[in-house]
Amino acid sequence: MTIKDRMSGNQAIATAIRQINPDVIAAFPITPSTEIPQFVSSMKAEGLVDTEFIAVESEHSAMSACIGASAAGVRAMTATSSAGMALMYELLYVAASDRLPIVLAAVNRALTGPININADHSDSMGARDSGWIQIYSENAQEAYDNMLMAHRIAEDPAVSLPVMICQDGFITSHAIENILIEEDAPVRAFIGEYVPVHHLLQPDKSVGVGPYSISAFYMEMKRAQFEAMRNARAVIRKVSDDFGAKFGRQYGMFEEYRMEDAELAVLLMSSSAGTGKDAVDALREQGVKAGLVKLRVFRPFPAEDLAFALKDLKALAIMDKSDGFSGNGGPLGAEVRAAIYGVHDGIKTINYVYGLGGRDIRVDDFFTIFGVLEELLDGRTTDRVRHIGVREK
Amino acid sequence: MKKNPMENITETSPWQDLTEGSFVFGEGNSEFFNTGDWRVRTPQWNPDQCRQCLLCFPVCPDSSIPVTDSKRGDFDFAHCKGCAICAKVCPFGAITVSRVGEEESR
Repeated sequence: MTIKDRMSGNQAIATAIRQINPDVIAAFPITPSTEIPQFVSSMKAEGLVDTEFIAVESEHSAMSACIGASAAGVRAMTATSSAGMALMYELLYVAASDRLPIVLAAVNRALTGPININADHSDSMGARDSGWIQIYSENAQEAYDNMLMAHRIAEDPAVSLPVMICQDGFITSHAIENILIEEDAPVRAFIGEYVPVHHLLQPDKSVGVGPYSISAFYMEMKRAQFEAMRNARAVIRKVSDDFGAKFGRQYGMFEEYRMEDAELAVLLMSSSAGTGKDAVDALREQGVKAGLVKLRVFRPFPAEDLAFALKDLKALAIMDKSDGFSGNGGPLGAEVRAAIYGVHDGIKTINYVYGLGGRDIRVDDFFTIFGVLEELLDGRTTDRVRHIGVREK
Repeated sequence: MKKNPMENITETSPWQDLTEGSFVFGEGNSEFFNTGDWRVRTPQWNPDQCRQCLLCFPVCPDSSIPVTDSKRGDFDFAHCKGCAICAKVCPFGAITVSRVGEEESR
């Protein structure tokens, strides 16, 4: 029986963690993800989980403890945001190259500076090249569902990579929403027991993890990591299909909203998609062939699938919730353009940077963007990148 | 002779044959890797001046001074890096150090 409930994104993640009952959680508090380890430590005190909760002194240590626990052969998890993730960066790369299926609940928050505690994607976008799988959630329901799929994806022998499940700070993490929660037994049956292939705690077998790799081996190791990330695409589709068959909520690499005959569309990630869908609905009522693509899986980047989904568009606005400071727009803009380059060169594109440090994006902003897409088509606008929602003279 | 547990992985192995996550199986395999080619200086042991006091072998960071039956032998140049700590602790001047390229061929 599916249970109708209401809770915040952080509560949804904590509920998923209770059901997963991981062996180890090592975490350090940082707004807005603080509640996640807080809820877990309460659940531990109440005997609802068997988890070993390690209260570490920094996020560098949190990820280090997760790496040690995962190398020892158990399920290890953590949660973080913003500067906390930045302090983990070195270890994020270690976790991925050691091929440890650690799961991280990321609650997206702007990176300092100026110091700010509200949502944007500059924290996890900075970790986009760390070798982690990255899955973004629009709302508390998706955060919960994605978390239930995370271990199956991470632990698949063809993948064996760490996974971060991202949601927008405060907008999703702290807002109370209606949500469907699954019962413990079917969730645990879906996730299954973790049986590591290799781990440190085998009395009759010596194993060394994380050795120095000289030039003669480093590139081969990285090539193997590339293969694992390629394999992750099929595994994510398979796990998402299994999840849909079992619990009735369907997920792909991205969601296509009113894209069947769309000529103009926006592409974005996470909570702003809800606002975008309202704008698309309103434009459709006016006869505009508007659509929206919400990217769910950013790593691995589903380039071929996206190119196919976008092929009939005339104009596309790619929306980045982090600047990236390439001087040419954000990381999503660069990757989506790369995906369609040479495949569908007829699509006009513009890259919008929006929503930095918790700046709201409103339905009116989407109307403005769709208006600019019309201008792209008739040549009134030739800009490659713009910011929206910013005060300008 | 001890067997190298990772002998199937060499500098010509394709990426598919490496272990996942660079895991190393079996213990003590570092002795099978020739790291002596990084050596910057080369110590020479003079057995005539050596009194076998054994002050040198415990300070060697690379365990490159073999000891058998309480007597040291010549250096293990597959692992010696030429740090010359052994020469510094030797009270009898039985270890001299030359730069790489200056030593007699070994």
